[in-house]
Amino acid sequence: MSETVKVPTMAEYMAEGKKPEVLFWVGCAGSFDDRAKKITKAFVKLLHNANVDFAVLGTEESCTGDPAKRAGNEFLFQMQAVTNIEVMNAYEIKKVVTACPHCFNTLKNEYPVLGGDYEVMHHTQFLKSLLDEGRLKVEGGKFKGKRITFHDPCYLGRANNVYEAPRDLLRKLEVELVEMKRCKRNGLCCGAGGAQMFKEPEPGNKDINVERTEDALETKPDIIAAGCPFCNTMMTDGVKSKEKEESIQVMDVAELIANAQDL
Amino acid sequence: MQYIPNILFILVLVAGIGYFTKNVRKVIRNIRLGKDVDRSDNKGERFKNMARIALGQSKMVRRPVAGILHIVVYLGFIIINIEVLEIIIDGVFGTHRIFAFLGGLYDFLIGSFEILAFLVFIGVVLFWIRRNVIKLKRFWNPEMKGWPKNDGNLILYFEMVLMTLFLVMNASDLQLQALGADHYIKAGAYPISQYISPLFNGMSETALIVLERACWWVHIIGILVFLNYLYFSKHLHILLAFPNTYYGDLNPKGELDNLEAVTKEVQLMMDPSADPFAAPADDQQEGEPEKFGASDVADLNWVQLLNAYTCTECGRCTSECPANQTGKKLSPRKIMMDTRDRLKEVGDNIDKNGSFVDDGKQLLNDYITPEELWACTSCNACVETCPVSISPLSIIIDMRRYLVMEQSAAPSDLNNMMTNIENNGAPWPFNQMDRLNWSNE
Repeated sequence: MSETVKVPTMAEYMAEGKKPEVLFWVGCAGSFDDRAKKITKAFVKLLHNANVDFAVLGTEESCTGDPAKRAGNEFLFQMQAVTNIEVMNAYEIKKVVTACPHCFNTLKNEYPVLGGDYEVMHHTQFLKSLLDEGRLKVEGGKFKGKRITFHDPCYLGRANNVYEAPRDLLRKLEVELVEMKRCKRNGLCCGAGGAQMFKEPEPGNKDINVERTEDALETKPDIIAAGCPFCNTMMTDGVKSKEKEESIQVMDVAELIANAQDL
Repeated sequence: MQYIPNILFILVLVAGIGYFTKNVRKVIRNIRLGKDVDRSDNKGERFKNMARIALGQSKMVRRPVAGILHIVVYLGFIIINIEVLEIIIDGVFGTHRIFAFLGGLYDFLIGSFEILAFLVFIGVVLFWIRRNVIKLKRFWNPEMKGWPKNDGNLILYFEMVLMTLFLVMNASDLQLQALGADHYIKAGAYPISQYISPLFNGMSETALIVLERACWWVHIIGILVFLNYLYFSKHLHILLAFPNTYYGDLNPKGELDNLEAVTKEVQLMMDPSADPFAAPADDQQEGEPEKFGASDVADLNWVQLLNAYTCTECGRCTSECPANQTGKKLSPRKIMMDTRDRLKEVGDNIDKNGSFVDDGKQLLNDYITPEELWACTSCNACVETCPVSISPLSIIIDMRRYLVMEQSAAPSDLNNMMTNIENNGAPWPFNQMDRLNWSNE
């Protein structure tokens, strides 16, 4: 990770008196988590590749408040929400894309009532639309024929009924897409949601991410595909706990598409 | 003297329905203890949900074995009620098989009831086997010990006995019809009880009449007892599933409700021209500030309380819950059972004292522990799987809100996370000014 990618900010656009087609909401994980930063970069490469006119908020972005809200701190959530909405409304944002299903859900469902009404897309939905418009080429490349299973993020799947966009993209990669026994609306959580990412689990007999990783390993995959930075971390840890990290990779859908084309 | 049975019947009927009505009113009053929430929108979509989910059992069949058995029992329950109508008319007016004039249609109806009664019997026996012989895990979770387990079995015994009485009644009636007994007109088709009837060959007409009447009376009294049992059991779902699916949340499952009381405070905080020392406006009563979140049943909204009464403890939620599957204490079913049990306790308290008198207890801690609440990943598996649109998650979140906003009692890791968000806009201790560093790393 030592390559610089060109990332325009909203402030720069504003200074030039222009407006981008879409705001890329990077999110906290995408900004600060070393693993998630790779996903962010892969997605940015795809945006450039498809000539998408986008910008980020950069240092003006702040946590959406999702973990605070799910932990029960409605105050902190609304403080975050109102601050972010002020920034976004000042830039007259209409359309937002994010690679984090938690940011996606919060921006899409919980901001409108507080005055933040935007068209919000998950990056897999956005990439699918670029594909459909012929702006992005998705082809097999080095992943052709690989066995890949997709882990549904709760906040993309059950929470918002998005099941097909990531799968459509994976199929375009000409991979062998295999489903876990629990998938789509029956998909098992990775264990990170509801602010669990930031705390130790309650006493039990197993970690949820290990249980879910076992589901994935049953499909004998070469790659576990994810669409959420937190799921990615949980599944990566699960694969490590099963000592399979040499043979099985956990990758975001955006990374798969970018890597397939050696972007 | 000849009217004694009619009068007796009417008394039993009025008492049975009267007591049930009294208890239904209590259920409604208890549900109304909840806070207001507006679910008067989108009537069309709500009716569609009720038709699809409750009437059409669409979510039951996601688990095909239990789902199909349930449909058999459910259809039997609804259709056999037409027979109960005849029984009631006969009982009030002292007639026998008043609908017999329908001729071929009557034969068809009675024949269908018999087949359904038989299928219900088989279905209920299979349910009993699943609970007690196969011992499906979800029926043996810790919260199912004692009364909930007995309650489940008792309902099955009730139904077995009622179906048996119905078929034996018809079998003895068939014998009496063959004997040409007075009053017992030849009517109806008996595809099932014709095989029970030979057991009574050779019995005297009087003995057969006693048998037939006994079955008739015990059957209808049994139905009335069962009706009144509903209030004391988990079985209210046969009625409440309909309103519950109607009033279910129509928003995307990921959307948690907005706390308006907080919105007001936040607006005031963010408004630079607001005077923090200003006297409250005339229309604002200065009193107890609104409580954030829920520590007891009256802090929940009425839909959440309706959810609690509707839950029939099937346990699909708990069997899908990632926390429960990995040995944590959280069980979404227990959240619903605890809410209902506490609501009943509060209701009984009101009945006894006229209005609620503090009993030193509440839903939080006395029923649901913080350990359970903090184990939830908010993954919505419980909400997705519930066959009657119950949301255990919404109660969990409301109780977390109380723990955090009223008691500052979050686990310390979460307090760190929230402090980070407050100070630097991210759940981790990174500076907001470094948010774009990834682009040139």
